[in-house]
Order: sequence, then structure tokens, then C-alpha cells
Amino acid sequence: MLKYKIFAIFCTTFLTGNAVAENTILVQSTTSTKNSGLYDHILPLVKQETGVTVYVVAVGTGAAIKNAMNCDGDVLLVHSRKLEDQFVASGYSKKRYDVMYNDFIIVGPNDDPAGIAEMNDAVAALKKIAVTESRFTSRGDDSGTHGKERSLWKRTGVNQDASSGSWYLETGSGMGATLNTAVGTEAYTLSDRSSWEVHANKSDFKVMVEGDKRLFNPYGVMLIDPVRCPSVNSNGGKAFIDWLISKNGQQAIARFKVAGKQMFFPNAQ
Amino acid sequence: MSIYSDSFAAAFGLLATADSDLMEILYLSINVSLLSLALSCSIGLPIGAILAIRQFHGRDALVGIFNALMGLPPVVVGLLVYLHLSRSGPFGWLGLLYTPQAMVIAQMILITPIIIALSCQVLEDMHEGYKDFFDSLVVPKLAALVAYIVDARYSLMTVVLAGFGRAVSEVGAVIIVGGNIDHLTRVMTTAIALETSKGELELALALGFVLLSISLAVNFLAQWLKASAKRRAYV
Amino acid sequence: MSDIANLALNCLLPITVDSLSLALNDRVVIDRITCQIKGNGITAIMGPNGAGKSLFLRCLHGLVKPDSGQVRFAGKPPSQAIRQRQSMVFQAPTILRRTVLANLLFVARQRGVSNPQTSRDCLAQLRLDHLAEHPARLLSGGEKQRLALARALIIKPAILFLDEPTSNLDPTSVETIETNLQMVSRQGTKIILVTHDLGQAKRLAGDVLFLNHGSLSEHNPATSFFKNPDSKAAKTYLAGNLVL
Ligand SMILES: Nc1ncnc2c1ncn2[C@@H]1O[C@H](COP(=O)(O)OP(=O)(O)OP(=O)(O)O)[C@@H](O)[C@H]1O
Ligand SMILES: [Mg+2]
Repeated sequence: MLKYKIFAIFCTTFLTGNAVAENTILVQSTTSTKNSGLYDHILPLVKQETGVTVYVVAVGTGAAIKNAMNCDGDVLLVHSRKLEDQFVASGYSKKRYDVMYNDFIIVGPNDDPAGIAEMNDAVAALKKIAVTESRFTSRGDDSGTHGKERSLWKRTGVNQDASSGSWYLETGSGMGATLNTAVGTEAYTLSDRSSWEVHANKSDFKVMVEGDKRLFNPYGVMLIDPVRCPSVNSNGGKAFIDWLISKNGQQAIARFKVAGKQMFFPNAQ
Repeated sequence: MSIYSDSFAAAFGLLATADSDLMEILYLSINVSLLSLALSCSIGLPIGAILAIRQFHGRDALVGIFNALMGLPPVVVGLLVYLHLSRSGPFGWLGLLYTPQAMVIAQMILITPIIIALSCQVLEDMHEGYKDFFDSLVVPKLAALVAYIVDARYSLMTVVLAGFGRAVSEVGAVIIVGGNIDHLTRVMTTAIALETSKGELELALALGFVLLSISLAVNFLAQWLKASAKRRAYV
Repeated sequence: MSDIANLALNCLLPITVDSLSLALNDRVVIDRITCQIKGNGITAIMGPNGAGKSLFLRCLHGLVKPDSGQVRFAGKPPSQAIRQRQSMVFQAPTILRRTVLANLLFVARQRGVSNPQTSRDCLAQLRLDHLAEHPARLLSGGEKQRLALARALIIKPAILFLDEPTSNLDPTSVETIETNLQMVSRQGTKIILVTHDLGQAKRLAGDVLFLNHGSLSEHNPATSFFKNPDSKAAKTYLAGNLVL
């Protein structure tokens, strides 16, 4: 009998405890914004000021865009300008909005086998890594960061893919997992700044390369087209986006700090 | 290795203070796993029972298939459930993706074959032993089945625990269909994956210890029950 | 009670076996057995190891379908309804993973006769009452045999099949079982008993079926069988020699 009672309790918890609130949206997001803790900082404000409850699914930019194309979500917030423009051009969204930016950095072990410390030319640094055949871990997962990394390699003229598995290691995983791999194998890697700052398992790793214009990392937000995806909560989604690019939203983003450092720089028009 | 002692202390601290985030995650983990277990058992035990006592064409092939399905990779299950529950998939209109219910569905697909294959094995052994006696007594099929289940309850408990163990420790499927959404679909395993990805290895390991201690508690209880049953030759 | 048993008995006897044959794995294990078992009392089935006694008993009880030939109970073919009025004690009884009393009650419940008092009496009859709440699978071999008999008796069968119910038992247990068999036989239950125990067959049986290599060597009243068996096989068997 007890068994049935327990079962009944579960069922009721599931039916009642999960009745999704009326004004709820789901954001398909890149992991960096999520893992940095930015959402924990701004979502209570969103709730307070717009009444919208925001749930976040954090995956790589490529996966987030695919999920959005399947209509699984209401809003897309990622960082790969090229893919975002394609997304809009293919009619999955009416418009892309600038939200904020930060920058990518190359991190590596303290003893710096490739000798790239304090360089500010990312392309030259990668070239040195390739020449010295120092280990480098790549996301390899079609994320925004992965896209940026590939475009940098392209400029070096190095065919890094040919060395995949020897010094060039593709993890096929998120930024955190890739940083763990880099730390574990003493390899260099490209990371967005916020993921690096919040990453706890740094060992003796340091930022090696920063400040290159080509390491610019802009984030964009889009409402998934409600005509294409009737399940989209366009009122909720619009409210969220409007808030993000509003003065309040932009100030809130600027106020978000990790270890005293500002992580994202608002740039909405 | 101070990482063990540190993580262990952290795990203990989290439990001792009944950390509210942890409790929420723990509650959902157990809730999802127990619900999928209950549903899997209500589907799997009858199927296992039928396969154990009925001889029909293709029965052996079916048993083979269920045995093979025990090794289903969770990620594949997660992917399949995702594709079906996605808004663009055939069951998208249900709006189940990224809900605990989706996680229950994925876990059910993972553990139902385990329940079927293992319970079939257990009940087949019972059938072998009791068949002549029950035929002689002319015990109706259903009553015989009930007797098998009652008499094999301790072995079946192990079967159910195997299912629970798989459900509660699985991450590949639930992270895809649940989305690891804070306060909605985050469970112990996806939280561990998340903390690992944030490089919070100590916290991740601490959560691992908490998960392990649940498993241990459940299994010790089962062991104890089984040992006392063994003393009475009920196993 | 014995009236009802008699009534039941009347409509299941005689047992007619007509040219019963069975092959297992391409080996003939029951070979054209024809016989008629009638009358009250106890029929013993004897024969060397592997003669087919257990299989023959199973055929009679309807657990094994013969390849050809037939068994008839008062002219009626075997059926579940008929089997419900028979009990069988197997050579190696199956003991349920429950207490002794629960074993008994399970059987009783199948026939809708589960009365706790009757069950207790039945256990007492077989000197098992002190073990009622004991896990049945922990019983000794002899206690298990007695429990199996108790389970067979509780449903008051019209026909009782017994496959070596007293092998490996101590003299007291043998006596307990034999006393019980004689009692139920007097109350009208037909007993068909496989045994290797010559003394037991002499003490209990009214007639003897002697099987050898799957066929029936002879079927005679016990007195004449033991004094002067017809078949050579039975002669050698009784003399304690190996039957080849
Ligand atoms: N399931 C089976 N498959 C194949 N052969 C079998 C099977 N059961 C019994 N046999 C064979 O049939 C023959 C008769 O077996 P049965 O058990 O009836 O012998 P029995 O007369 O009862 O011997 P015992 O005195 O040793 O109990 C034996 O040779 C045995 O090997
Ligand atoms: Mg035998």
C-alpha cells in the first residue's frame, strides 16, 4: 500500500510542481554566458522588471542554433556573428540585436613551451605553437569559440587539422571540459574571457595572449520567429530582449563582475 | 590526495547544512529516477514475466533483443527522445522537451530493458523450479506468476535496484532532454557534469560523494534484506 | 469426508492404460504399456533405476503427454479437472520459499480449502507442527518429504501419486508416512506408489506393476508377485541382482 502512496505523491508532484508558469521563456544560450554566472545575476532582475521567468539551456553555439531551428526555445543568445547572420537570413528570426561583448584569450601553462607569453598578435602566437608543435586543445564542437579559433588558424596558413591527435587535440566538448583537458595535458587553448575567469581548475595556467582586435567576441540575441515556430512565446521573448538592450539591462550587464573584474561590456545600439 | 578529504568534507558540509540548492537537485534526482523506475517496472515486470513463462514464436529473439538493449548508450537514447520531443519532432506538440517528464521518458527507455531482461531471467529460474509442482496442482497462470514474484521478491528487488542505479547515475540522456536547467531539470548527475565543466572539480566530486552515498544507502538496505532472506533460504 | 472421497474415487477408477508409448531424445523410454489399475488400496510400481517409473507416473498424472496410446480415468481422458482431484509427491519435491505452514496454505488455497485448523492438523499428522513457522527450504530431507506429503493430503485427493516418498528417510519418518498412507487409503484415496523398498511394497501394496526398460514386465497381486514373480526381470530384481 505504501508503494502506491509514494507513487501517488510522485505523480502529484509532477503534475502540480511542474505546471510551467504562464509567462515563461526558454533561452537557447551559449555556455560561456551561463557558466560565468551572468544569468544568475540578471534573471532575478528580468523577473522583477518584466514578470518573465527565464529558463536557460546552455549548449555550444552550434547546438543552440540547431535547437532553435527545431523551435525548441523562444530566444537565442550566442556568439558567432557569421552563424547568427545566417540564422536571420534563413528566416529563423526577424532581427539580431547586439547585446554585449568581451574578448577571447589564449591561455597556457606557466612554463610556456611555445614562448608566446605577453604576445598581442593571436595569429603569430598560434603560428609559434604550430612550429614548436606545442600541444593545443580545440573545442572541436562547432561552438562560437571553435569558429573563432578556426578563423584564426586560417590566417596562420597552418593546416592544424593535419596534426589532429598529435599536438592539436580536439575535445569535442564545452569550454570547461576543454580547459580541464588543457590543464590536464599542459596544452594551450583559446577561451572566451568569462569562461576562463570563472574556471576554477586553473592550475598554473595564465593568460598568454590578449588584446588582439581579432579576438573581439560579440554576443547577439534573437527572438525565434513565431511564424515559423508557433510554440514561441513571442511576448515573453520580446520582453526579455527589450529588457536586455534597455538602459537598465545594459547597466545590469556592466555591473556583473567576477573577482572584481567586469566580464561583459554592453554594446546595444 | 587531499582532493578526497576536501571533497568529502565539502560533501558532508553540503549535506549537514541541507544546502537548499543541493536539496532541490537531490529531490528532483530521486523523484525522476523513482518515477521512471515505477513506470519501467509496471511495464517491464509483466513483459519479463510473459517472456519467462510463455513459449511463442520469436520469444528467444525478443529476449536477446532486450538483453542487448540493456547496453543502450544513454546519449543515443537522449538523442532519440530529443528528436521525438523536439518542437519539430512528431511529439513536439506535447511541449515536453526540457521538462522532468522528458527525463522520465528517457530514463524509462534506458531501464525498462534492464527490468525486462533481468526479471525474465529471475522468473524463468522460478518457473523452471516450480513448473512441475504447479502443473500438478493446476495453478492458473496468473496465480503461478504471482507466486513466482512473491517467492522471488528478494531477487527481483536486486533487479529493481539495478534499474534504479542506472537511472540515478545516468547523465548522457537527461542532459540532452532535460537541458540541465537550473531549478527545473537539474539533477545530481547533470550538476556534476556542470561543475566539472566549470572546473569546480572539488564540488563536482563532493556531489559525486552525495550521489554515491545515496546508492550505498539503498544498496546496503537491499543487501541487509537479502541477507536476512538468505538466512531463511528464501533466495 | 470419506464418503465424498469415495464418490470422487468411484468416478476416476479404474485407470486404464492402453498401449502407452513415449520417446525422449529419440530413445524409447515408455514402451507400449497396457494395464488396468482398479480397486481400492495401494498399487506399487517397481523396477530398476531408469526403468521409466517416474515418467510413467507423470503420464498417468497428465504432466507428460505420451507420443501414442492413452490413459483413461473411468473412461474419461485426462483433463485439468481430473488432475485437480489428484495429488502428486515428486521424487524431489519443490519447496516454496515460504514457511512450512505457508507452503501448506498455498496448496490448500488452490482448492479453496484453506482452513487454518485443518492445516495445523495436517501438519500434526506428519509431525511437522512444531516447524509450522519455520522456513520450509531449511527443512531436512525427511522433513521436506513429509511436508510434500502433507501438501498432497491437504486437498483430499481421489488419487495420490507418490514417487519414492521415503527414500533416504529414517525409520520413524518412514513409519509416519506409511501410517498416513494406510489411513488415507482406508478413507478411500487410491494410492499409486513408486518405491524401491521391498519391505514397504510388501507392507502396503495390494498389487505391483513391474517396469523394465520402459515396458511393463508384469502386473500381479502383491502376494503372488513377491512369492513367485512371472518375469525373469522381476525375479532378478527381487533377488537383489542387477537387471540387465
Ligand atoms: N526429460 C528427459 N529427457 C530425456 N530423457 C529422459 C528425461 N527424463 C527421463 N529420461 C530418461 O528416461 C528414462 C526413464 O526415466 P525415469 O525417471 O522414469 O526413471 P525411473 O524409473 O524413475 O528411475 P529411478 O528409479 O532412478 O527414479 C531414463 O533413462 C531417463 O534417462
Ligand atoms: Mg524415478
